[in-house]
Amino acid sequence: MPRTAIIPIGPYHPLQEEPEFFKLHVEGETVVGLDIELGYNHRGIEKLSESKTFEQTVFLVERICGICSTSHPIACVQAIEDAGNIAVPERALYIRSLIGELERLHSHLLWLGLAGHFLGFNTVWMWVWRYREDLLDIMELLTGNRNHYAMMKPGGVRRDIRREDIPAVRKMLDGLKGPLALFRDAVAEDPVIHARLKDVGVLTRQEVIDYCALGPTARASGVAIDVRRDHPHAAYGLVEWDVCVEHNGDVFDKAVVRIREMFESVRIVAQCLDRLEVVGGPIDSNPKEIPPGEGIGHYEAPRGEVFHYVRSDGGNRPARHKVRAPSYMNVPTDRAAVLGGSVSDATIVLAAVDPCYCCTERMAALDASTGRRLMGAKELLRLSWEKTERLKRELGAEGPKLDLARTE
Amino acid sequence: MEMLPLTLQVLVFPGLLFAAAAGLVTSWVDRMVTARVQMRVGPPFLQPFYDVVKLMIKETCVPAGGARALFLAAPLAGLAGAALASTIIWRAFLARGSGFSGDVIVLLYLLTLPALAVILGSFASRNPLASLGGSREMKLLLAYELPFVLAVLAVVARTGALRLEEILAAPAAATRPSGIIALVVAVLCMQAKLTLVPFDAPEAETELSGGAYIEYSGPPLAVFKLTRAMMLFTMPVFLVAVFGGGIRLGDGVLPAVAGVLKVVGLVVATILIRNTAPRVRIDQAVRFFWGPATLAALVATGLVFVGL
Repeated sequence: MPRTAIIPIGPYHPLQEEPEFFKLHVEGETVVGLDIELGYNHRGIEKLSESKTFEQTVFLVERICGICSTSHPIACVQAIEDAGNIAVPERALYIRSLIGELERLHSHLLWLGLAGHFLGFNTVWMWVWRYREDLLDIMELLTGNRNHYAMMKPGGVRRDIRREDIPAVRKMLDGLKGPLALFRDAVAEDPVIHARLKDVGVLTRQEVIDYCALGPTARASGVAIDVRRDHPHAAYGLVEWDVCVEHNGDVFDKAVVRIREMFESVRIVAQCLDRLEVVGGPIDSNPKEIPPGEGIGHYEAPRGEVFHYVRSDGGNRPARHKVRAPSYMNVPTDRAAVLGGSVSDATIVLAAVDPCYCCTERMAALDASTGRRLMGAKELLRLSWEKTERLKRELGAEGPKLDLARTE
Repeated sequence: MEMLPLTLQVLVFPGLLFAAAAGLVTSWVDRMVTARVQMRVGPPFLQPFYDVVKLMIKETCVPAGGARALFLAAPLAGLAGAALASTIIWRAFLARGSGFSGDVIVLLYLLTLPALAVILGSFASRNPLASLGGSREMKLLLAYELPFVLAVLAVVARTGALRLEEILAAPAAATRPSGIIALVVAVLCMQAKLTLVPFDAPEAETELSGGAYIEYSGPPLAVFKLTRAMMLFTMPVFLVAVFGGGIRLGDGVLPAVAGVLKVVGLVVATILIRNTAPRVRIDQAVRFFWGPATLAALVATGLVFVGL
């Protein structure tokens, strides 16, 4: 009988910059099991949010993730606007999409570079990140910061896009098209890249649906979901663009989807700039109060749909704020994609969902003296279901009976 | 040219010290060219020396439960192999009559010593990542040795000599079709012998965090790094000796410079390969070396027998 060894990827590993722990159970070079352990970086954002005013909350959620640092704020302000029935001026919508798409560009470029690095192709890494610099410079010009833009606020945006800055953005976009085409052709033509990525880490369409995977991870497997199209928000209903879908679900297609999306982002940004030159008016409806109520907001972050729920009790801060980031749905798909493959492929497959752990962190209860984990997934599920049942009893609400026995 | 006593030859010139210095300079060239290819600035000239010196004064950690003696001895075995190989090759360039019959075979063995040292060291580390790296290094060694020996065989078959000096005296192999094919195979094998991308699976930073080297620190790590640097210099010199007519010293400046330029050319080719390809999986590497590479080497040997 073959012996199983454990190859640890994490908690600290050069593969990724965040603490996470993948336990690969391997027989020889074949992965036969995978344990995913998160919980090294929990920060209690949702609880913190309840102690902030609605305006401050936006700054807080901006710090959930340094890469999706405008996706969370957009989803958050949309949730607040939904709760308060707040209208947003048209110009602000274009600015939201503009910043959002520039962020998608920089995030996808970041992923593409890292994917090269994980494959040992450091030249791609350095080149991609070199071209990403121009983008970050433009972000600094437009918002004052390279990564944390602080552009969103309930009712609009915080800063206008100045007319004199627009040519610089256009120039950067034109400069980016060449390198993007270069990377697209390199991925499409390099035989060694094909050998490493094609039919590796395949996620079938059914698996995507079963795991509720999101974003490029789902779109690479032929599931055409994109909240920008499915629930239009910001300016996405006002400009022309396409949802990029591929069908094989392997790492190669995930790369192709992201590269194609970058071209779409360039298209959207260009159209937003055109409209910003024409559409004037205020950028902020300046809401003063959020009446009692609840609202949801979602935004297609670079990694998939990010979802925010906000409940207001009429005060100046959210009574409840719930965040679900896309990696929370995407990381578990690793189980389907990694098993049966080789250890060599595991790293690029784990990275193919573009995981973001600081978004995904929930909690970990440890016994400090032994370091033993006190609660696993089942215990947490049980706690959650027990609370749901209790609330249903208190409210006298109907609903499907949760089978607590399944959590034992 | 007056030769030093044998011990000094092995330890100073053209052995350990010379190969180490030349290797560190070559590794600077590697880092600099890589940096330029990647649109970076690159390190200062002395950086590889600083790295080794710094590691020399760092603490040596031996993993608990590891095979202590083997763990510490393995790097030295690799270093000795690289130093001896350099000595034998350069003696053939420097002084007539210094070689011995069959020294090419001895060189082939000596040049595998660094890889064997990595395998031994990784298994002595008692670390799962190191074991995986070690087992990959072993697979890689088994994979590339066959085509590498066959490629060298193509030259040996043509000259009928197992003595490096006689091979050097014959016209350079790389001027004939058989020699060119054999050289291409040998260059690819060299890439794997140096465990550079695309054949760096044994240490694969982003998969195995350094793999075979993961538990090494301080002077033993410095010795491994130094061995790698020496191999980065010695392997191209070996290929130039076998396929390219060697480095002719003592015939004036021009032939010597031409010989050095051939070495530089091979080094730059190696660097460019490693910067324009992603890492292949170990099974893909084995399939490549036992398939197309071995076939090409056999074709080269076959061409020799039909006189090409």
